[in-house]
Amino acid sequence: MWLEVKDIHKYYGSKKANNGITVTIKPGTIHGLLGENGAGKSTLMKIISGYIRKTSGTILINGSVEDYETPADAARLGIGMLYQEPLDYPPLSVLENFMVGQTSGIKDNKNVFRETFVSLVDRFNFTLHPDDTVRKLTIGERQQLEVLRLLSLGIDVLILDEPTTGITSEQKESLFQALRQLVSDGKSVILVSHKLQDAEALCDTVTVLRDGVVTGSREHPYDANVLLGMMFGIPPVPPSRSAVEYGTTVLSMKHVSGSGGRTGLSDCTVDIREGEMVGLAGLEGSGQGVFLRLACGIAQPSTGIIDLFEREVQGQDHHAFKEAGVVFLPASRLEEGLMPGLNITEHFALLDREKGFLVRWQEAVQAAQSKIKKFRVMGVPESTVESLSGGNQQRLLLSLLSKESTLLLLEQPTRGLDMESSHWIWQHLHKYCLRRTCVVFSSTDLEEIFMVADRILVFFDGRIVKDVRKEETDISELTRAIAGKV
Amino acid sequence: MLLSQDTVDKFFKYSRELILALIVVFAFTTIILLLAGAPPLAAYYHIFKGSLGSLGKLSHVIKAWIPLTLCSCGLLYSFRIGLWNIGVEGQVMMGAVFTTFVLRLGMGGHVPVLYLVVSFIAGIAGGALWALIAGYLKTKGGIHEIFAGLGLNFVAQAIILWLIFGPWKRAGIASMSGTEMFPRDLWMPSVFAIRLSVIGLTLTVVAIVITALMLRYTKVGLYLKAIGSNVQAAHMFDLNPQRYMLLAMIFAGGFAGLAGSIQVTGIYHRLIPAISSNYGYLALLVVMVANYNVWVSPAVAFFFACLNVGSIQLPMVLHLDSSLSGVIQGALVLAALAMHAWRLRSTRREEHVSSYE
Repeated sequence: MWLEVKDIHKYYGSKKANNGITVTIKPGTIHGLLGENGAGKSTLMKIISGYIRKTSGTILINGSVEDYETPADAARLGIGMLYQEPLDYPPLSVLENFMVGQTSGIKDNKNVFRETFVSLVDRFNFTLHPDDTVRKLTIGERQQLEVLRLLSLGIDVLILDEPTTGITSEQKESLFQALRQLVSDGKSVILVSHKLQDAEALCDTVTVLRDGVVTGSREHPYDANVLLGMMFGIPPVPPSRSAVEYGTTVLSMKHVSGSGGRTGLSDCTVDIREGEMVGLAGLEGSGQGVFLRLACGIAQPSTGIIDLFEREVQGQDHHAFKEAGVVFLPASRLEEGLMPGLNITEHFALLDREKGFLVRWQEAVQAAQSKIKKFRVMGVPESTVESLSGGNQQRLLLSLLSKESTLLLLEQPTRGLDMESSHWIWQHLHKYCLRRTCVVFSSTDLEEIFMVADRILVFFDGRIVKDVRKEETDISELTRAIAGKV
Repeated sequence: MLLSQDTVDKFFKYSRELILALIVVFAFTTIILLLAGAPPLAAYYHIFKGSLGSLGKLSHVIKAWIPLTLCSCGLLYSFRIGLWNIGVEGQVMMGAVFTTFVLRLGMGGHVPVLYLVVSFIAGIAGGALWALIAGYLKTKGGIHEIFAGLGLNFVAQAIILWLIFGPWKRAGIASMSGTEMFPRDLWMPSVFAIRLSVIGLTLTVVAIVITALMLRYTKVGLYLKAIGSNVQAAHMFDLNPQRYMLLAMIFAGGFAGLAGSIQVTGIYHRLIPAISSNYGYLALLVVMVANYNVWVSPAVAFFFACLNVGSIQLPMVLHLDSSLSGVIQGALVLAALAMHAWRLRSTRREEHVSSYE
């Protein structure tokens, strides 16, 4: 089946997630889609698979224009998507999941489905048993199930979103074999990934997205440097910053592992000293979030030792970390950091730790007003936090930080902010470094990290693959590390 | 506290919705009445007359209003932190049990007033304790407070029945009409002709004012609201959600227990199986219909109390089933929930336009 998308645009308010994308997927090929976070890959795939509506553009299937609105419609036309987190039903059995959406009426024809299932499993050499409960399967096995289910629905184009995260290498090989088999049957596969080596090993063609547009397309075999250049672009010259003296070790992790997010964190050993501004680079979900949460005590490590000022703290809850002056600002502001339904004044009132039974509303309003002014939050003390824009919520979160912190852990602090606000925030954070606080932040913008951080830790697949001072590296080396090529 | 344009807008919006809800409810009930072959206007008239028609009737309404409002005040704390304190019914019952226990100690004694006062404290403690059990099951055991509360309601009811038929039974006859009536000196003093307890009324008004002040001006009130809004962000502000959940349950149970005390000392003067009279469950509806507002809840409670008392007339005068009041109450709640859902959906539609993936 020929699948063409022409001039696809998708706007979220003023943000252009997809800005005029044209791609052709030939039948019988594996087509890779590369790009860093925020490039627009997921948006494009969700449009193609019917999950979201495009703002404008055309989709042609075998030459005729198709306009569909739901994933079910897309499936009827032959397009199916395998999500990173398979959308299955854990309490049901493998066979029941396989049958989902295909049965109607009272009789369920289980036996017919069972035969189909078993023959598909044999053909692809998967390791699935029809009567196992899905809850007990690994991610790799759930993927296999989903692939078979989509196949039995009659899918001609299979979209895979970052499929090799969190599966074993045997399962990866199994999946790749299956994909090659599908393709030799005449189906097409679109592989969305940030892992260069997977794309190199598997794809016949690769299209690269950056900032919502296509920056290039190449056929197999590939030059990694060319692909990386298309993915990340040219870095700007970093401005100079005043020198900071580094002091004693504040945070020390030795062989720490923990679960969480897509990849968890494995065997992390690192020391952070007073005054350092450390940037956590890497594609979203490579372990930075887990690292930050372990460092502030919200998450507990499964192994390893965490020291704060040379005292062991792993296993203690976050209050102990808070007492030592560790502060964490999460990326999901409304879900983890702010309280919807409460206004700005009430948030400042919550910070008041003075003894007393009554809330000091006067002081709270004054604090709110002065911080609103200082951090240039577009709102008034009575504004509820959910009415603020994302950027303003971030400024508010930063304004709630106390000056006497020893370690600031910030998850994507400038996400959703314009350039001016970001600059102001980095200057503000730099003052913390001058005061001997260490700042550890994660970001998906490598240029930003390179501009601001003294030291960079690159995360890939749950591990720190590079720990280097800014002076000793450059952007291309970092981009290679981010894509897994150390 | 100036009235900002925002507040005025919200007030009008809420009033509009309330009036709409009432219209829907009365339309629905009128249809039912017509189907039952009863004249709707006459029915409403008799409910009105049966509740507000005379001072005596009014005192009945207030006697229903008192426990209903007390329970509602307590529920405002638990709802604020996001807990569904279905166990409020059992908390009323246990408050009554503890009160009865203390009063029995004082029977035939010399200082009845002392025992009355202590019995009230015991009632509050009993309700609070019962609520704490559900609270601990939630915080330490992860058991949802609806299940814990419901289960404990059954246990409380069973305890009452056991006491009435067992250790506290009347001499000679164990009967469903409850324990022995307390001697008059252990009754709550009341104003003669209308048998209305001024103390009960005062306590309720005080409860409303205390609750209003607590929720608005104290740190506890703010913390309950904060944790109820976002438990996960609580750590950012150094708040311990579990501690405040337990505190909210103590408040809710305490007020409910007080309602139980008043039921025993002011209305029935003994422990009966139906001592809680479903006021706990009804209070849940009152608070929800009042949109969790501390000043609107007593008004809604008054409305429900009128309905309850007034509709007693209906079987006698119009040969209608008195369960009609239940129909009206149920319809009101349904309409309120429908309005609430409609309100939520229209705000969500506004947000969807500006969402970012």
